[in-house]
Amino acid sequence: MPIERLRARRPHLFVARDDAPIAFAESVGGAMRLAALDPAAVAAGLSVGLTLADARARVPEVEVYPYDPAADADWLERLAEGARRYSPAVALDPPQGLVLDSGGADHLFGGERGLAEDIETRMARRGLTVRLAYGDTPEAARALARHAGAPAPDEMGAIRRLPVAALELDEDGCAALVAAGLKSVGDVLARPMATIAARFGREAATALRRLTGEEDSPLTPRVVATPIAVERRFAEPVARTEHMLAVLEELAGEAARALEERHEGGRRWDARLFRADGEVQALRVETGQPTRDPAVLLRLFRERIEALADPLDPGFGYDLIRLDVGLAEKLDAVQLRLEGGEARTEAVAALIDRLGTRLGRERVRRIHPRDSHMPEQAELLLPATDPTPRAEWTRPEPGEPPSRPIHLFDPPQPIESLAAETPDGPPARFRWRRKLHDVARAEGPERIAGEWWRRADMAPPTRDYYRVEDVRGRRFWIFRHGLYSETERPRWYVHGLFA
Amino acid sequence: MEEPFALIDRLRRAAALVEQARDGEEGNGKGAPPRLARAQLHEVHALSQESAASGAGFAIGCVLAGAARPILWLRTEAAERQGGRLHGPGLIAMGLDPAELVVVVVADDAALLRAAADGARCPGLGSVIAEGWGAMRGLDLTASRRLMLAAEASGVMMILLRVGGQVVPSAAATRWSVAPAPSRALAADAPGAPAYDLELLRRRGGPAGARWRVEWNRDTQSFDPAPLSGPRLPLVADRAVAGTPPAPVRGAG
Repeated sequence: MPIERLRARRPHLFVARDDAPIAFAESVGGAMRLAALDPAAVAAGLSVGLTLADARARVPEVEVYPYDPAADADWLERLAEGARRYSPAVALDPPQGLVLDSGGADHLFGGERGLAEDIETRMARRGLTVRLAYGDTPEAARALARHAGAPAPDEMGAIRRLPVAALELDEDGCAALVAAGLKSVGDVLARPMATIAARFGREAATALRRLTGEEDSPLTPRVVATPIAVERRFAEPVARTEHMLAVLEELAGEAARALEERHEGGRRWDARLFRADGEVQALRVETGQPTRDPAVLLRLFRERIEALADPLDPGFGYDLIRLDVGLAEKLDAVQLRLEGGEARTEAVAALIDRLGTRLGRERVRRIHPRDSHMPEQAELLLPATDPTPRAEWTRPEPGEPPSRPIHLFDPPQPIESLAAETPDGPPARFRWRRKLHDVARAEGPERIAGEWWRRADMAPPTRDYYRVEDVRGRRFWIFRHGLYSETERPRWYVHGLFA
Repeated sequence: MEEPFALIDRLRRAAALVEQARDGEEGNGKGAPPRLARAQLHEVHALSQESAASGAGFAIGCVLAGAARPILWLRTEAAERQGGRLHGPGLIAMGLDPAELVVVVVADDAALLRAAADGARCPGLGSVIAEGWGAMRGLDLTASRRLMLAAEASGVMMILLRVGGQVVPSAAATRWSVAPAPSRALAADAPGAPAYDLELLRRRGGPAGARWRVEWNRDTQSFDPAPLSGPRLPLVADRAVAGTPPAPVRGAG
C-alpha cells in the first residue's frame, strides 16, 4: 500500500455501488489522469497517474469522480474542528492528516489506548478509516501513521523499521538513499549523521533528527488555543435546547469568574455543541463592549439561536458543550461616544449587541467619514461594534444651507431633462420617477472631477452638481454627467434628496 | 397600580401638552410649533413618497430640538431601496452628528416594530426613529400602545416615521403630517434653509388641525416660523385648506 488514500467522501457517492472500484481523476497537462484510488481499484491493478482512458480500458466497472482537492481540504478542516473535542491543539497535515497534541488530554479518555479507540469508533461511525499512531514528535507520529512498518516493541524500534520513504524527502533524495543501499530508517540512522548530511544533503539529516526527536519541530495548532475555555461533558447526552442553554449559562458564569480575575471581559464568545453523533454546531455571539455578564450572554445566545436559518437540531443530544472566549479586552474600555455617563453607554451597547445578534452584525451600522470627494464614497458603513475609532465630520459653516442631501441614491437615478438648458445651468424642468418637476431655485454647479487616478485607461466624466428646488419645495441634488465639451449629450441624474 | 411619582409625572406631561396646545391654538399656525415631548410616541407622516426626505428632516429636527440623543434609526429594506440611504455628510449638514447615530436596516415591518420596541425600552437612548414605507403591517393600537408604554418608562422619544402609508388608529401622543415647503431664497435664487409645511393631525388631550410653516435652523437647533415665500399648497391634494389663515410675512434677514 503506497499511501493511505482512502478518503472520506460525501456518503451519497458511495451509496449506489459499494463494491465497485472508485477512482478520482484530474486533468494533468491536458489529459485526464487518476489522482486517487480506493483499495478495490488498487486491487484491480490501477495506479495513480494512469490516464483515464487506460484505466477505463483495463477496469471497465471503475467509478470515476472528479478529483477535488479543495473539497478534501474543506472536509479535513471539518474533521479537525470535530477533533478539538480531544485536544485544543489540532494541526492540519494536508492532504489527509490531522496531528493532535494529546499531551495532558488523553487521561480524560482512559489513556492513549482509550483515546485511540474513541477516535476510531467515532471515525468509523462516519465511515472513515483512520490510521493512528502516537509519536514523541509530530513527525514520528505522522511517519508511523503513513508508512506502517513491521511491528516493533517500542517507538524507536518502529521508527527504525520504517522505509526511507518515511523521511519524506523529495524523489531524488529518496532514490539516492535507496541507490546507496539504505532501505529503512534504521539503515540510515546507523550511519554517522555528518556523513548523511554531506552525502544526501541537510534536508535528509534534519528529517532524520526530527523523526527521532533530536530536533524539536513545533506543532502549529490549527486554531490557537483560546485564553479561556470552559466545558462540560455528559455521560447522558443533553437533548433539550433549554437544558443546553442552562449549561451554557453555567459555563458563562465560570468563564466570567476567570475573566474577572484578569480584569477582562469577553467580546467574542463561541459555543461549540458537540453532538453525540459527531456533528459540531457552533454558535458565536459578539458584543461591542467587553462583557462578563452571564445573563446578557444567555440573552444573546437565545437571539442567535432564534436567528438561525435552520433551527438548532440537537439530534440525539450533546455530549460535550464548550464555551470559548475568543476575544477578551480590558473591561473598562469604552467604545461608543455617548452622552450621559457609563450606565447609559452600557445600555446602548447591550441593545446594539442584541440587535446585531438577532439581525446580523452588518445590519446594525454606524456611518464613518471617509476622505473622498466622490459623494458616494465619502462615508463608510461600519458595523456599530466595529472597533475603528470615531472620526470627526467636517461641520458646516453657520448660516449656510445644507450642501449635501440626507438621502443618497447609490447608484444615482437617471432623470430626463426636459427644458432648454444653458451650458452651465440645471434643467428648468425634469422628469423623475414619471413625475415632472419645475425648477424654481437652483445653485451650482459644484464641479466634482472623476477620480482619474483610480482608472488608468480613461478618466470618468466630470460631474456638475446642482442643488435645485421645485415649485412645491422639494429639494434635489442633481448632476450632469460630463461637460458639454466632453460629451455631446450629457445625461442627468438625481443623486440625493435634501430634507 | 402606578407609582405615585410616575403618576405625577404623567399628569405633568399631560399638563404641559395642554399648555402647548393652547399656545398652538392661540396662533393656529402662528409662532413655533410645539416641541415633541420626550418619553412619548409620536407619529410623523410624509403622506407621499416624494415627501420622505422632508419627513426625515422634520424627525431629525424634533430629535435635535429635544436634545434626545443618541439616536437609533431603524429603517426597512424598502425604505433603504426606494428612499436612498442615509448620507453622513447630509446629516451633519442638518446638525446631526453621525457619531451619535446608529442605523439599523431590517428586513420587514414586523422586524421594524420589534426592534423599535427594544429601542424604546432602552434608557440609554435619547430617541428612536422607526421609518417604514407604505402600509406598516403589524402596526395597530396594541403595537403602538406597547411603544408608548415603553417610551414612557424609559424616557426615550419614540418617533414612528411613516412614508406614503395610510393613517391608522394609534396610541401616539401626537401625529404630524409633513410636506416640503418652498424655502426662502438666498442670493442668486439659491435654495435656502429646509422649510416644511406641518399639520398637527392628532394630539392626545388637545385640539388638532393647526398648521405651521417652519424653517429648520441648524445653528440654533430649532424650528423657526417661516414666512410664506411660495404658493401655499394643501398638504393632501384632495383636502381643502379653507379656514387656515396664512402665516404673517416676516421680513427676510
